[in-house]
Amino acid sequence: MCLGIPGKLVETYAQDDLPMGRVEFGGVRKEVCLAYTPEAAVGDYVIVHVGFAISRVDEAEAREIFSYLRQIGEAGAEQEGGGGRG
Amino acid sequence: MKYIDEYRDAAAARKLAAAIARTATRPWNLMEVCGGQTHAILRFGLDELLPPQVALIHGPGCPVCVTPIEMLDRAVAIAARPGVIFCSFGDMFRVPGSTKDLLSVKAEGGDVRIVYSPMDAVALARSNPDRQVVFFAIGFETTAPANAMAVAQAAKLGLANFSVLVSLVLVPPAIVAVLQSPASRIHGFLAAGHVATITGLDPYRPIAEKYHVPIVATGFEPLDILQGVLLCVRQLEAGRAEVENQYARSVRPEGNRPAMRQIEEVFRVVPRKWRGIGEIPASGLGLRKEYAAFDAETRFAVGQIVADEPAECIAGAVLQGHKKPSECPAFGVRCTPDRPLGAPMVSAEGACAAYFRYRRRQ
Repeated sequence: MCLGIPGKLVETYAQDDLPMGRVEFGGVRKEVCLAYTPEAAVGDYVIVHVGFAISRVDEAEAREIFSYLRQIGEAGAEQEGGGGRG
Repeated sequence: MKYIDEYRDAAAARKLAAAIARTATRPWNLMEVCGGQTHAILRFGLDELLPPQVALIHGPGCPVCVTPIEMLDRAVAIAARPGVIFCSFGDMFRVPGSTKDLLSVKAEGGDVRIVYSPMDAVALARSNPDRQVVFFAIGFETTAPANAMAVAQAAKLGLANFSVLVSLVLVPPAIVAVLQSPASRIHGFLAAGHVATITGLDPYRPIAEKYHVPIVATGFEPLDILQGVLLCVRQLEAGRAEVENQYARSVRPEGNRPAMRQIEEVFRVVPRKWRGIGEIPASGLGLRKEYAAFDAETRFAVGQIVADEPAECIAGAVLQGHKKPSECPAFGVRCTPDRPLGAPMVSAEGACAAYFRYRRRQ
């Protein structure tokens, strides 16, 4: 129900005084209301729920999990006595 | 697709699962309060990747499932009226009311339509000035801003033929209800990332503190959920009970301010009845009096319709995590997605439907 899909904002325009945009999801384009993401610009990824962008995806934060994975990978290798990295 | 595929990497998922196994020294029960997460857990078999001491318990995280049966009866009563175009998200269509579902109303000639966004219902009201267009506004905090905008836009456009049947509910009061239940055995929570995207983290802080439970706002992909579990287990092992943010690529600590402002403009906090749980104080949203003219319950005088849940359905126990779907005697026998007894077997995000679909009979 709270399904939100990340897509790329490719165009912005206004309709009935509302900021709108076209967002591309793997080749499919949809009209999306941008009233709640005034900071989103063309080229940004936004998370879309029932026709509304609810957030702009923060790229730096999106990469965090992969450095976290490297950390726990190293911790795991040490704990298992392998001593190796990676 | 970007921001999806990279969070489904199997080797990375196993690495996280191994870290969880190394970290958890005692049995911990974690509850996710999001149907999307429940579905992902079953679909990707994440529960089977976890060590036996860490259990995921599925909470009241599916708005379709927690909508009380009388709300369905009200929807059915309105949808059956001549001159009405009744609009709803697709997952409400087959949820059984006391006597029938919305799909049967459609089969009997009612004009019941699936819409993708509440704004589509506003557009229908505009293009059908001689018809009454009603939108079934269900959902959590994630969906409330879209519903609020639809009502505000209808007001701005002066659409006298638009109204909403509101059954919006809030997640933090449901977490409190679960914690206050004498049968509760939950040590930590994964909070739904898109709910937190709207509200921010503040509503969870007093709960973490008062009940001494860690709450981790978590995303929806396999790596998100496993990292959320790991963060939660780390807190539990260290005796901490903090609000943490796993899903920072979408969740800002302060939430989405413009969306919250729009919710507060149109809605106020009201008590709501939750299917299988009963009434929870201050657990939902209703229209403010400035927007009362858009209330379908009063426009069609259906507010007095009340109903009881079917006796055989144990949805209440399932929704609170007291029982697994497969512990229900009707599961997969008298209750299937084709012939559901209750909402959790209907919605794709319901725990019963997820167990049925992914063949978890144990």
